Order: sequence, then structure tokens, then C-alpha cells
Amino acid sequence: MSERGSLAITLNGEPRDIPGPVTLDGLLRHLGLDPRMVVVELNRDIVRRPKLAETPLADGDTVELVHFVGGG
Amino acid sequence: MELDTPFTIAGRTFRSRLMVGTGKYRTNADMTRAIEASGAEIVTVAVRRVDLNRANSEGVLHHLDASRWFLLANTAGCYTAEDAIRYARLGREAGFNEFVKLEVIGDQETLLPDTDGLLAATRTLAREGFTVLAYTNDDLITALRLEEAGAAAVMPLASPIGSGLGLLNPYSIRTIKRRLKVPVIVDAGVGTASDACLTMEQGVDGILMNTALAEATDPVAMAHAMGLAVEAGRVAYLAGRMPRREVAMPSSPTRGMLS
Repeated sequence: MSERGSLAITLNGEPRDIPGPVTLDGLLRHLGLDPRMVVVELNRDIVRRPKLAETPLADGDTVELVHFVGGG
Repeated sequence: MELDTPFTIAGRTFRSRLMVGTGKYRTNADMTRAIEASGAEIVTVAVRRVDLNRANSEGVLHHLDASRWFLLANTAGCYTAEDAIRYARLGREAGFNEFVKLEVIGDQETLLPDTDGLLAATRTLAREGFTVLAYTNDDLITALRLEEAGAAAVMPLASPIGSGLGLLNPYSIRTIKRRLKVPVIVDAGVGTASDACLTMEQGVDGILMNTALAEATDPVAMAHAMGLAVEAGRVAYLAGRMPRREVAMPSSPTRGMLS
């Protein structure tokens, strides 16, 4: 941890400090996102929805949060 | 139409041969009303990062009832097989179906496909259980190789993505349709209803379009027109057109004229 209670992660390409400890499910809630509407990649691996609440974030993790947008 | 066979991809039957995209509409209301007016059942969407810097980070599904349409995730914007595979897996994880509209782009100006990357990604994704609908150029050999690689449908372009130039090579599209066993769905380039009709008259199984609706002055009216055109072209193809002649042939009797 970079400082007490804070995790330095890369979130959607940008450095972010997140209050920790926290799971991926907790991260989504912290960001105000509905887990049913988002797909999560942790260090390039997809984390399936049932696993979000049991997957803790660690310092230095890279997280991608994606969803569907308009496209052809 | 009763004479027609069902439109089936990988064992799943769809009621409309018109598939539409959800990009570039001026408003979300335009998009949803146009999709309804088109009569389409299959609707494409793209996979992108959630925009965490905007207060409104909602995706397209906030405006589109996912239970009413068959969502087809694409890999638009991917320039390597590796990226396209990553996007396809993310799209599948959203939890709707195993279908992917596979794009591996090779050139920024023309958005023409990288056919090597496309074939490699098709092989991998088909092995992983995806139903791959592969966006490709109008080259027969590539289309045959995609079918062999496990594509469930092959999607040759009418003309470049977003160009609205219409069907540039009817011969190629006809040939691809004649030679492939899997469905052939023309994807990209249709600009207006006559383009859609002419494309369906080549005998292809369906059409996917986006910009022709989104950039029409009235997207809802154009969507309605496209639905009619796809239907008209399909029925005309099944009806079988008259032969082309280089000379005129009178429609009225030549006998019985006054002397």
C-alpha cells in the first residue's frame, strides 16, 4: 500500500488511489457502477461477476471497466 | 414471405434480414425509434471503457431494452487479432450470447480488414465456442477461408464502412453468396434504400447497416424505408428477375394494328 488505507491502481488507463482494502465489487460500488452493467478485467484477465465480491484489489493492479456503447 | 426460407445463423432463426447498428445517432431517442422502425431483430453494439470522468457514464443499454433485441457485440476499432479476441471475450462476458461481429481492421483511412488477422482471430474464437460473424472485404478467397476457419457467417462489405457508396461490386457479392455454405450478410456501405434493395437482389442472406440510418436527415423514416427495401430486394430475388436484353421488345400485341 502506498499509504495507510489507500491502493494505487491503474483504472481505465489512469492512475487512481482507491480507499482499501477493497474487492472489485467494492470498487464498482465506490464508483457508483452497477456490476450487472459492467465487465471487469483485472491485470488482463476477465473476472466473472460471481467472483467480483471475492476478488481483492492489490497495490499496482490494472483494472479495466468496460460496457456496451453505440456501434455498428 | 411464405416462399422464403428462414434466416438462420448457427442454428438460431431471426425474423428480419436487416441488422442495424447503434452508433452515431444524434440522440438516443432517434436511435431507439429508428431501430424499432427498421424492424430489425439483431442490433450491434461496441465494447468500450466506461467513461469514469463524466457524471453520466451510462452505456447504450440504458437506452435499449436488451430483452427486445438480439445484441451483437462487435470488435470495431481493433487492429490486431489479439485485440479483437480480447474485445470479443469482454463482449461475451456481458452475458447476452456467444455471437460476435468480428472486425480486424488493417487500414485507418479505408477501414478495410486485415485478412490475416481476421482469419487468425476467427480460428481462435470459433475454437472457444463463439459464433463468429466475420466482417471482410468482397474477396471470394478470403470469404472461403473464413468459412473454413469456422466463421458462422461471412460479412463482405458493399463499400467501405460509413462511406454510403452503395454496392460497388455486385458480381463479387453474388459469387461469394453462390460459393459459401454459411450465410452471407453484407455489412457496410449501404447509403440509401435502393442500395439495400439492390444488395438483397444479389441473393445474400441479410444486410447490416448503421450510418445510413444514423446520418439520414430523418433516421426513423430511413429505417422504415430500409426495412421495406430489404424485404423488396429479398422477394424480388426469390421471384427471379426477367432476362436483360440489348433490344426492345414490345409489351403490346404487334398484330391487330389498324391499316
